[in-house]
Amino acid sequence: MFSELKAVLPAMTMVVAMFAASGCSDIKPWVKPYERDKLADPVMSLSRHGKASSYMHHVYQSRESTRGSEGGSGGGCGCN
Amino acid sequence: MAVTERRGGSLRAPGLIVLLVSVASPWAIAATLPEDNVDLLYHRYEGGGMVIDGPSVLVRKNVGPQVSVTGQYYVDSVSAASVDVLATASEYTEERTELTAGVDYLYENSILSLGYTNSSENDYEADTVYFSVSQEFFGGMSTVTLGYANGWDTVGQRGNKSFAEEADRRNYQFGLSQVITTNSLVGLDFEVVTDEGFLQNPYRQNRFIDPNDPNNFQYQPERYPQTRTSYSVATRALYYLPYRASVRAEYRYFSDTWGIDSHTYELAYVHALNPRWSLEGKARYYDQGQADFYSDLYAFENSQTHLARDKEMSSFSGITLGGGLVYEWKQTSLPGISRLQGSLLLDWLEFDYDNFRDVTAPGNFSPGEEPLYSFDALVTRASLILEY
Repeated sequence: MFSELKAVLPAMTMVVAMFAASGCSDIKPWVKPYERDKLADPVMSLSRHGKASSYMHHVYQSRESTRGSEGGSGGGCGCN
Repeated sequence: MAVTERRGGSLRAPGLIVLLVSVASPWAIAATLPEDNVDLLYHRYEGGGMVIDGPSVLVRKNVGPQVSVTGQYYVDSVSAASVDVLATASEYTEERTELTAGVDYLYENSILSLGYTNSSENDYEADTVYFSVSQEFFGGMSTVTLGYANGWDTVGQRGNKSFAEEADRRNYQFGLSQVITTNSLVGLDFEVVTDEGFLQNPYRQNRFIDPNDPNNFQYQPERYPQTRTSYSVATRALYYLPYRASVRAEYRYFSDTWGIDSHTYELAYVHALNPRWSLEGKARYYDQGQADFYSDLYAFENSQTHLARDKEMSSFSGITLGGGLVYEWKQTSLPGISRLQGSLLLDWLEFDYDNFRDVTAPGNFSPGEEPLYSFDALVTRASLILEY
């Protein structure tokens, strides 16, 4: 399984490269800032509970061997 | 740290976690600093013979338009009588205190974050420094975050003042958040963690069959490898429903050089009852394979190079069912408070072990015939966030 994950890395690199390249293409941002009211709603926020959200990561890390990529404690949508 | 806390170098700094993921996460609003706020939390974990509770206070204050500073104080008060404690030691109490200081710097569409965390208890000291940069691009529809953390732990042992071991840790993080439509978001996270040093718990022991009596067993100290590298990748999606509610789905895959791999699945739902009150619920399933060197019962003493009977190294699964009630008051009439949010969140956890046996179970069992261990726990979080 460890080797399988290593195989995923090139694919992830390609995804990143694709997003980076999109900045130079004709593709324009299709969701305008004024269309992001739903994305900015607190019900869509992953960090809505602040410290209380990240505390659960601590609970799991103490009892499971898995660590990393908890990411989901942040929130929002890039909608300024 | 003591007998019941698992080792592995990843859990000493929950404050680090919150700062890394709440500011540096691609899910964060990249080009806007968070509002000034005070985040108060009471947390309580009760289950498996353990009670851990305490307060957390985080204060965030902007200094000018481009800089935001944070300070956090966090306490774990531990009362432990878990299966690990009862098997080879005595019930105990202890306290862990954690202090975190951080600064975020906004520069155009980027946020640069720097922070330091110290975690201290009577037999464990951990210092961590982290740095991250979060960059928004593609009209704000995409956010990329790169993070790095370096930790230095000193492991002690109660009753043995001459015992002092070191463990170093490095975290490398990559995150991508992408707006898909006006009501959906997806995210991808990847993280590599490397550890080097004393990675085991000095109190825990493993067992082997007594060479003089096959109906009995003896204990010997744990012996872990001195290095560990892990990879994890997670993907998540959020969708805003036709009414004011959202669903979230997450999957995470994990693998490390000790032979452990795991899958985590989570589904969550948030439902607004009215502009101020909302309900939320979640279900989580976790499934883990054992470390290559793990055994519940070794055939004889020192039967292999590395020895572990930490149940966190075994093969097991866990489920979580959670729910909560949230009250949010925007533009309050309270003096100096622009927004208030109060939450009460309850999570019920259950863990079922596939090859970790309960040596404290009543009855006469031959070694290796004891019932498999399982336990459940209730996590309570009461949170109050005040923006000012």
